[in-house]
Amino acid sequence: MRHTISVLVDNRPGVLSRIAGLFSGRGFNIESLSVNETLDPTMSQMTIVTRGDDRILEQINKQLNKLIDIIKVVDYESSGSDFIERELALIKVNVDEHKRSEILSIIDIFRCKVVDVSRTHYTVEVTGDENKIKAILDLFRPLGIKEIVRSGKAAMLREHKIKG
Amino acid sequence: MTKNPTKLKGAQILLECLHREKVKVIFGYPGGSVLDVYNALYESSLQHILVRHEQAAVHAADGYARVTGDVGVCLVTSGPGATNTVTGLATAYMDSIPIVVFTGQVPTMLIGNDAFQEADIVGISRPCTKHNYLVKSVAELPRIIKEAFYIARSGRPGPVLVDLPKDIIGAEIDFVYPEKIDMRSYRPTYKGNRRQIVRAVEEIAKSKKPVIYAGGGVVLSNASHELTSCARHFQIPVTTTLMGMGCYPGTDPQSLGMLGMHGTYRANMAVSNCDLLIAVGARFDDRVTGDLNSFAAGATVIHIDIDPTSISKNIKVTIPIVGDCREILKEMIEVAGEKQVKKADRKAWFDEIAGWKTKHSMEYHMEDIIKPQYVVEKLYELTKGKAIITTEVGQNQMWAAQYYIFDEPRKFLTSGGLGTMGYGFPAAIGAQVANPKATVIDIAGDGSIQMNIQELATAVQYGLPVKIAILNNMCLGMVRQWQQLFYKKRYAHSTFARHPDFVKLAEAYGAVGLRAEKPGEVESVIKKALAVKDRPVIMDFVVDPEECVYPMVPAGAPISNMILL
Repeated sequence: MRHTISVLVDNRPGVLSRIAGLFSGRGFNIESLSVNETLDPTMSQMTIVTRGDDRILEQINKQLNKLIDIIKVVDYESSGSDFIERELALIKVNVDEHKRSEILSIIDIFRCKVVDVSRTHYTVEVTGDENKIKAILDLFRPLGIKEIVRSGKAAMLREHKIKG
Repeated sequence: MTKNPTKLKGAQILLECLHREKVKVIFGYPGGSVLDVYNALYESSLQHILVRHEQAAVHAADGYARVTGDVGVCLVTSGPGATNTVTGLATAYMDSIPIVVFTGQVPTMLIGNDAFQEADIVGISRPCTKHNYLVKSVAELPRIIKEAFYIARSGRPGPVLVDLPKDIIGAEIDFVYPEKIDMRSYRPTYKGNRRQIVRAVEEIAKSKKPVIYAGGGVVLSNASHELTSCARHFQIPVTTTLMGMGCYPGTDPQSLGMLGMHGTYRANMAVSNCDLLIAVGARFDDRVTGDLNSFAAGATVIHIDIDPTSISKNIKVTIPIVGDCREILKEMIEVAGEKQVKKADRKAWFDEIAGWKTKHSMEYHMEDIIKPQYVVEKLYELTKGKAIITTEVGQNQMWAAQYYIFDEPRKFLTSGGLGTMGYGFPAAIGAQVANPKATVIDIAGDGSIQMNIQELATAVQYGLPVKIAILNNMCLGMVRQWQQLFYKKRYAHSTFARHPDFVKLAEAYGAVGLRAEKPGEVESVIKKALAVKDRPVIMDFVVDPEECVYPMVPAGAPISNMILL
């Protein structure tokens, strides 16, 4: 099963390498990864997407916690809490006179942006969860995609809903 | 904080920090990048043991740490000096031994430039250290050293490496040694969960056939006394791992001896038939469990360990208790209170175990030729079981574990996890430095002794009377044994056509060399060796080359499935 894990770490050189080394050395798999500084510049926040059964996930969690530079590990799926996840994709689609309106209508429906335009290509910026990005790629694919670049997943717990 | 800071160079700060950490001795080897430190050592009272190879420096520090329980310390130069420590680090990491290794590094400006004797030792050692540091400014040096010692000795202990660029140890700063450490990302758990402890005690009360399976964690947390009290209080037989040797008195009637691949028949049968397995500071290594599905298959499992990653890694645990073995065992007795288990209540279980004991698993047949087991038995007898024993790896290691019986912890030093040939002799040097008066014996093979034999020069230089007992079978015995049993006797590259004359070699180094070729000579050779007090001794025992280590569980088989002699 796929799991999205949030890892809060000390913002120090070599931390990423420790985590990457842990995953490769123990035969765990990283499907996607994103890292950035938090509000507190001495800490970084990583979002790791990985895959494994319960036993493997338990080990990943414990092994991450064992690394000295790691402050906190939360496995969103196992925590049972609701969370928001977003990815960013930049997609370069081929355009010509016949396709232009179809492309623009897809962009409109998916609420994404055209961030660069040339005579032959649109560069489209899309953010959303994985399904949304998969859906837009499926629609663009028959029109001709020249290139795509995707970020790792960023995820965050939802605040508790206000009881009405 | 110290009130009047004084300006010190990085090198002096290092020595001052070592002093504050109560380090008495370091094992090292100088070189270009650490010359400033050596220059400071010139006028220091700190004892420095000059080894002949950096790998040996780490093993010696490791041996020192295992016998004393203190942190062992090494100092080496950059590049090859640093890379030579890797095997020692990995050895200490697998066995959770607290050591701190200081490596030189090229000046900060040159890092990444492929400078002379540059190696990315922080990158190289990352997977085989508990933690490591590259010091980037002299201001952070005191804090890093303090943290390094703290990390090495706390929680599940392990090796820490500190990489010191040449310009950092040459730079000057006001020296302030931090008195406290606060690491938000590292807070080991010592106290066990009370509820789990209560549950464990309830399980023990219910159990008819309990077994304690004790490992190196008991030694590391100095919990032998508490373990023994627990075993007596609850009337539970105890088996130990290779790393746990001596943490429970081996001569005690409740001792089952070692378990696993070359363990005793009764230990393996007891574990296979128990209804409750209490693992204390042990990690269910494959050499212990064999086939995982059949290991203690019918048992409820209680697992006490300070490292959460060890729990439910290989075996599903019913009652995990994370924390310090000593604290938890103490608390278990306290929880049980007056409810002591009576001897009579466990009679059926101990009778069943006694039945397995009649099957003599530790056996060998005396012949005209010296049997290696006989040598170890004689060493045990003539040292009255009081020696510190180190081993190399292979048959020598297993025979030492089987035939030398330990009643105390920190007397048996062996590379259990990594299985490092060449470990025993330098570790013995470290042990002897820590205990100059003790009898320290490295039980070695003719293969592994040659992996660090250059350290004879070190032992001679410092007058260390380490004894080396080479069980010389002219082959890599354990490799040969596996080839005999599992590879149709195709002895590919496991036999030596020629060895140096170990007696003459010892003499060439300025050590004493002795040889026994007949069983009748064994005792007199050992006695002669034990009488030497000022230099190392090699005892070359020419033993039966065909001898195998029995009993044996083939790799991956159930541990009840033992090949007996």
